[in-house]
Amino acid sequence: MRLGIGGPVGSGKTALVAALCRLLADSVSTVVVTNDIFTTEDAEALRRMAVLPDERIMAVETGACPHTAIRDDISANLDAIEQLEAAHAPVALTIIESGGDNLTATFSKALVDVQIFVIDVAGGDKVPRKGGPGVTAADLLVINKTDLATLVRADLSVMDRDAKARRGALPMLFTSLVSAEGATEVVAWVRVQLAQWHRA
Amino acid sequence: MSLATLLLLADSRFPTGAHAHSAGVEPSHGAGGVRSIGDLAVFLDGRLATTARTEAAFAAAACRQPSRWAELDHELMIRTPSPRLRGVSRSLGRQLLRGASRAWPSLPVESLRALHVDGPMQPVALGAVASAAGLRPHDAALCSLHHLVGAVTTAAVRLMGLDPFSVQALAADRAARLDALADEAAAHADDAPHALPSFTSVLSDILAEHHGTWETRLFAS
Repeated sequence: MRLGIGGPVGSGKTALVAALCRLLADSVSTVVVTNDIFTTEDAEALRRMAVLPDERIMAVETGACPHTAIRDDISANLDAIEQLEAAHAPVALTIIESGGDNLTATFSKALVDVQIFVIDVAGGDKVPRKGGPGVTAADLLVINKTDLATLVRADLSVMDRDAKARRGALPMLFTSLVSAEGATEVVAWVRVQLAQWHRA
Repeated sequence: MSLATLLLLADSRFPTGAHAHSAGVEPSHGAGGVRSIGDLAVFLDGRLATTARTEAAFAAAACRQPSRWAELDHELMIRTPSPRLRGVSRSLGRQLLRGASRAWPSLPVESLRALHVDGPMQPVALGAVASAAGLRPHDAALCSLHHLVGAVTTAAVRLMGLDPFSVQALAADRAARLDALADEAAAHADDAPHALPSFTSVLSDILAEHHGTWETRLFAS
């Protein structure tokens, strides 16, 4: 299953990828493709955290346009995915982390099977109301950094209400990814998706 | 020959992964080379006088001579001294095959991928794609030249915030030269691979190698 993780810069995408790897990789054969804007920093961060063997992580460079690389022209990402999946077959879970982008960025259906959109409390509690395809249509919306809510005077109940209004029945989770345990509920959701996908 | 097909293959929106590359503009910018619209004109003219002519001739020859793809691939590789630029060309060739094989299913993808473990050099792939799309060697060469101009101008706008209208005017000023260069390249379509042009740009090769070591960059090359 190919899982896309998108969202604005600094919202916690890399932290979520790291947590998923920590909690899943022992039982699920996992590879990761990162999409950086300026560097291969996200890939290097994941390698430093040693959440996966180095050779299971590959970085794609996106030429100043991270959303192009996950939506309009997915060639380089598909290329990287196929190399990783061939080198580590059988792969059960391929995670594609988008470069940090704005609220309009979503993954092509030809690149991922399911996608998570990560926003954070520190970006302001109005973000869910602003909407955009990531907020409204992602298979799972993650609202991260709940530990900062009081510090930035963000009202979680406003975010919860607005996100539900935007998303209808689609699921949403509040997280604090300062430790991997903060991703426990997201991991449970991913496991359900994996089970469904591998059954289909 | 279908003009609409040529426009499709020439369009930068056709997905080939090329959007992530600056065709040497960022490496040059970092070394203090391209900083203004005037510099950009000099840079572009330099590329059109050297590597662009070589690549256009190889695209034309690959369109005409499918039986000699292996030789063409090898001859173009040895005209590309920078290991990094060889790798970039092969990744772009490989990625072009992905989209083009869906658009023009007669493209012999397996033969082309078999040219090298990392994929064919991009101009060889482009010539092959042009042929599968029913285009002529001249079209393949023109596409190659047009893609270079597009990569250079787009990267300059993104990297330096240059006036996009001035940048497009600069491209428009060179349209007649692109036509003439495509004529020249097409005249090589039947040449033996070893006899094709070998105009190179040493500074581009050196800067590309440096660029690969930068800690932060916007473009992959």
